[in-house]
Amino acid sequence: MLERYLTAASTYAHWIDYQFLLIAVLVGFWLIVAEGMMFWLIFKFRARDGRATQYITGEETHLKRWITIPHILVILCDIVIIVPAILVWYNIKQVMPPADETVRVIGQQWAWSFQQAGPDGVMDTADDIRTVGELHVKVNTTYHFELMSRDVVHSFAVPSFRLKQDALPGRTISGWFRPNRVGSYDIQCTQMCGIGHGLMAGRIIVETPQDHAAWLLHNSTPAVAGQQALPSPSTVGMDGLATMAEVRR
Amino acid sequence: MSTHVEHAEPGIFRKYFWSTDHKMIAMQYLFTGMAMALIGGYFAYVFRMQLGFPNQYVPGYGIVTPGRYNALVTMHGSIMIFWVAMPVLIAAFGNFLIPLMVGCDDMAFPRINRLSYQIFLLSVLVLLSSFLVKGGPFGGAWTAYPPLSAVGSYNLTPAGATLWLVAVALEFVAFLLGGINFTVTTMNSRAPGMKMYDIPLVIWMIVLASIIFMCSAGPLIAGAVMLLFDQTMSTGFFDPTRGGDPLLWQHLFWFFGHPEVYVVLLPAMGIVAEIIAVFARKKIFGYKTVLYTTWAVGFLSFVVWAHHQFVAGIDPRMANIFSITTLLISVPITEMVFLYIATLYGGSIHLDTPMLWALGFIAEFMVGGVTGIFLGSSGTDIYLHDTYFVIAHFHYTFVPIAIIAVYGGLTFWYPKMFGRMLNETLGKIHFWGTVIPFNVIFIPLFITGTAGDQRRVYSYALFAEQSRPALQHLRLTSTIALLVMLSFQLIFIFNFFWSLRNGKSAGANPWRSATLEWTVPSPPPHGNFAVMPTVYRGPYEYGLPGGADDYVPQNVPDQAFGDQNS
Repeated sequence: MLERYLTAASTYAHWIDYQFLLIAVLVGFWLIVAEGMMFWLIFKFRARDGRATQYITGEETHLKRWITIPHILVILCDIVIIVPAILVWYNIKQVMPPADETVRVIGQQWAWSFQQAGPDGVMDTADDIRTVGELHVKVNTTYHFELMSRDVVHSFAVPSFRLKQDALPGRTISGWFRPNRVGSYDIQCTQMCGIGHGLMAGRIIVETPQDHAAWLLHNSTPAVAGQQALPSPSTVGMDGLATMAEVRR
Repeated sequence: MSTHVEHAEPGIFRKYFWSTDHKMIAMQYLFTGMAMALIGGYFAYVFRMQLGFPNQYVPGYGIVTPGRYNALVTMHGSIMIFWVAMPVLIAAFGNFLIPLMVGCDDMAFPRINRLSYQIFLLSVLVLLSSFLVKGGPFGGAWTAYPPLSAVGSYNLTPAGATLWLVAVALEFVAFLLGGINFTVTTMNSRAPGMKMYDIPLVIWMIVLASIIFMCSAGPLIAGAVMLLFDQTMSTGFFDPTRGGDPLLWQHLFWFFGHPEVYVVLLPAMGIVAEIIAVFARKKIFGYKTVLYTTWAVGFLSFVVWAHHQFVAGIDPRMANIFSITTLLISVPITEMVFLYIATLYGGSIHLDTPMLWALGFIAEFMVGGVTGIFLGSSGTDIYLHDTYFVIAHFHYTFVPIAIIAVYGGLTFWYPKMFGRMLNETLGKIHFWGTVIPFNVIFIPLFITGTAGDQRRVYSYALFAEQSRPALQHLRLTSTIALLVMLSFQLIFIFNFFWSLRNGKSAGANPWRSATLEWTVPSPPPHGNFAVMPTVYRGPYEYGLPGGADDYVPQNVPDQAFGDQNS
C-alpha cells in the first residue's frame, strides 16, 4: 500500500509496508463499523413526535454485551497489530545483520556529510572518501551506519528505505540498511534543526557493484576527495543563508 | 479616589479586570483564548499559503523566509495548545461550570483564581513581546529540543527562545493555581446531597484533567528551569560536551507532553457527554464505566510518553514497552467512545447546533484515534515519525478537541453565559462550513505524509521525491480548504456578537437540561443561586418512565415525582 505513494528501495521497506497495510485494514474496518453504527443510530433514533425516550442506565447485561463483545474484538485486533509491529521494530532497530560495509553519517547545520572506506576497505585511513550531501552505496549490500551530530539534534531519514534515526550530539548511534534497488533517493533531515532545516537535503545513490567500484576509484585520490569536502554555497541554495551562518559565528 | 467610591457598584476596572467572580474570570479566559486563537489561526494561514504557493507573497504577511516559517509553525503549535486549548477548555469552561454545576456560589479560593488569570495574561504578554525582540520569536518547534533551543548561535533567536520558555513556565503557574481551585472546589463545595457519582461528567473530567496536569507539569517545569539556565547562564544540563544530555529534555518534555493530550481531551469529552445526554434525551450509557475509563486513561497517560521518541536515540528495547502501553491506552478510549455512541441508542435525537458539534466531535475524533495506531506501532512509526501523517493524525484529535468540542460547549452554554440564544441557522451554516473543510484540509495531509513529506519544512524544492506535482496539488487543496474554513469562522464571530444583543431571550433552561446550572437565571447573578440547591439524583435523568416531563432536574426532591426514581 505504501509503495503506491513512494518507492521501496531497501529490504526492510516491505516489512514496514506490510505492517502499514495490516493496520490500515484492521483499523479501517473498525472505523467504518463504528462510524456506520453511529450514523445509523442518529438516523434511527431521530426525534419524532410521540416517541418516548427509553430509560437505559447502561448497567443492563443484555445491552452491555453490545459494547463488551466488540471491545474484546478490538483488543484482539490490538494484539494482532502489536506483535508484528514489535517484530518489525526488533529486526530493524534492535538487531543488525552482519555488515558488508560501514559508513559514517554526520549531521550538522545544515548538511549531511559521509565518510566511507576507500579501496583499502578500512575506515579512518588516508584513502577514505568523504562526501557532502551525497552518499554512494552498492546495491544488495548490507551497510551499517554510525550516525553523529556536530551541533543540534538532526534526524537521518531516507523515506524510500523507510529509514529514520535521530542524530544526537555526543553520541554515535548505529543502524543498518540494505538497498535492493538501483537509483537515486532523497535524504531528509526530519528533526527541526534551525533556519536551514528545509535545506538539509541529500541524495543517496544506489549503484551496481561495477558503477560503485568505478566511483570509488575515481574519488579515492585525495585531491578529488578534498575538493568535495566543502559544501558550495550553491548546494545550500538560499540567499542570505550564508550571511546568517556568519552571524552565527 | 475618595473612600466612598468603594461603597458604590464596582467600577469598570474592578468589574471586568479585578473581579474574583468565577464567571467573570471564565469570560476573561474565554476572550483571551479566542483572541489567541485568531493569532494562531492567522499563523496557520500564513504558513499554509507558503506551502500551497511556495515563495510567493502572502497577502497580509509578505514573503515567508525559512526562519520566519520556523517561527510561524512554532508559535502556531505553542499558542493553539498552551494559549487556546488550555485556557478555553479547562480554565474558561472549568471556571464557568464548576461552581454552577456543583451548586456553590464561587470557587473555593476566589483570589487565587484572580491571580491565576493575571499570571496567564502576563504569560500572553511575555509571549507576544517575543515578536518584538531582535531575531524575532522562537523558531525551534513547540517541543524546543536542545541543543537547538539552548544555544542562541544555533537557533538564532536567543531572546525569543528565552521569552517563549518564560511564557510557557508562567502559563503553567497559572494552570497549577487554577487546577488547585478546580479540585478543591469540586471536592469540598458541592451542594448537599451531591455524591461522587452525582457529579456531572464534564466536571469530573475537568478535575481529572487538572490533576493529570498537576502531576505531569513538575518535570517540565524542572526541565524549563534547566533550559533557562542553559540559555542564560551557560550551564550544561543538555550540553553533551559538558556531561549533559539532550535526551533528558525530551523525556522531561514528553513526560508532560503526552499527558497534556489527555488534559485537553478530557474536558472536551466531558462537554460532549453533557450535550449528547441533553439532545438525545438520554442518560449517559454507563456513567460509572465512563468514569472508570477516564481514570484508566489518566493513569495510562503517564506511561506512554516515549512513543514520541522511538527513533530519538533511546534504547531500542524501550520502544517495545512503550508501544504496548500506547496500544493499551486505546482500550479505555475505545470503551469511552463506544459508550458515547451507545448513549444514542433508544434516544430522541434533536440535531440542534450543539448536538451537531458533539456528534461531529465523535465522528472526527475516531479518525484521529485509529490513525494513532499507525504511530503507536513502533514498526510503522520508523517511517511515519515526523511526517505529515503525524500532523494529520494529531489535528484529527486536537481540532475536534480545541475547535469542535469548544464550539459545542460555547453554543450549548451561550444561553447560560449571556442570557440569549445564538442564531440557529447561522450556527448550522458555521458547523458545516467548519467540519467539511476541516476534513479537506487534513485528509490530503495523511496522503502527503504517507508519501514521505517531512514536517516543519518551508519548501520541498530540494527534495525530488516530495516535489512531485501530485503532492503539490494535495498541499494546495489543503491550503484552499483552510482558507474556506477560516472564512466560515467569521460567521461564528458575527453570530456571537450579534446575538449578544439581538438573540432570542433564553430563559433559565432553554435546552430542558437536568443539571444545576440551568436552575438559575441566565446569565447567573453574582452568587449564582438565590437559594442554595440540594441535590437528589444523578445529572442525567432523562426519559424516566411515568414522569410529568421527560427529565428530572438534579435539585427536585424525589416525592415530587413519586417513587419512580428509587
